[in-house]
Amino acid sequence: MSNTAKSLVVASAVAAALSAAATTPVAAQSKEKCYGVSLAGQNDCAAGPGTTCAGTSVTDYQGNAWTLVDAGSCEGMELPAAADGTARSGSLEALARDIPA
Amino acid sequence: MNTNQSQFTRAMMDASIPVPEGLLDAQNRPAGRRFDVYRNNVAVSLTDAMHAAFPVIAKLLGKENMDGLSGLYLRAHPPSSPLMMFYGEHFPDFLAAMEQLSHLGYLPDVARLELALRRSYHAADSVPVGPEKLAQLSPDALMQTEVKFAPSMQVIASPWPIFDIWRYNTQDGAAKPDAVAQDVMITRPEFDPAPHLLPPGGAAFIVALQRGQNIGSAHEAALAKTPEFDLGATFTLLLQGGVILKLDTKG
Repeated sequence: MSNTAKSLVVASAVAAALSAAATTPVAAQSKEKCYGVSLAGQNDCAAGPGTTCAGTSVTDYQGNAWTLVDAGSCEGMELPAAADGTARSGSLEALARDIPA
Repeated sequence: MNTNQSQFTRAMMDASIPVPEGLLDAQNRPAGRRFDVYRNNVAVSLTDAMHAAFPVIAKLLGKENMDGLSGLYLRAHPPSSPLMMFYGEHFPDFLAAMEQLSHLGYLPDVARLELALRRSYHAADSVPVGPEKLAQLSPDALMQTEVKFAPSMQVIASPWPIFDIWRYNTQDGAAKPDAVAQDVMITRPEFDPAPHLLPPGGAAFIVALQRGQNIGSAHEAALAKTPEFDLGATFTLLLQGGVILKLDTKG
């Protein structure tokens, strides 16, 4: 193959990639962080050992601890109500409820 | 007699060595069994670190095997840095050298994938180049262009289905692994690293670019090994992952 032909192969592949990347949204995330739904000691963390997050939540449904769940399932998750009867639900952002003293 | 640091360290990592002499508690009494407690805490905390660092390996081997392996590993490779988040960097080679595990040939590459996920998580932030910069290049300029990647981008090539194995052991309902070779690229689009399956030859292309080859010669290098290499699909992943930081056209 001549150099011109090679560069046209590369150019058309890059052009195809540019349009494919522009039309499909950034690699669809199939998971989302869901706050306030994990049981004590079972929250997720991607940072590895020596960091302070994985499995460190100390109360059930702790508001600032998250678990990875299927995208779209977090906010509709059914959780037991709190001791005082307040309803609980999962949240995509950290919550102030059920924070250990 | 006083105990120096190297005697202390040796005794700390090897329970068959007696408690070093000359260690005193707050009341100037010999430390005795307090040293055993300390020695045990070191081993237990490093074993915990290994479980946290390699959750998929731990799941594949089971807790007891992982505990035992960690005990051997932490004595062969005590931490060289206080940064526990990077502990275990020799674990893939350590697994590869274990004869008892040689029937599980994929373990070292799965451990590499888990290490790379952590490296990606802790890598510096970066801003990707706009796709229009790539679109502006003429076909000839494109061939002469070198690419700089985000520090959070990691590539692992493997003769094993490491992406499928990782996914099967981390996500509910994921498909069972097929017996195929899989190359993985890790990107960090927001804050969490995510592995992506590369098309065949994709890792060779990216590694050639990382070594400073231009797009033209990296393409040839990938084709030489993998005639069916799909440049378009690989570039799509690079663009979607936001891993291209800089394009440098020479000549």
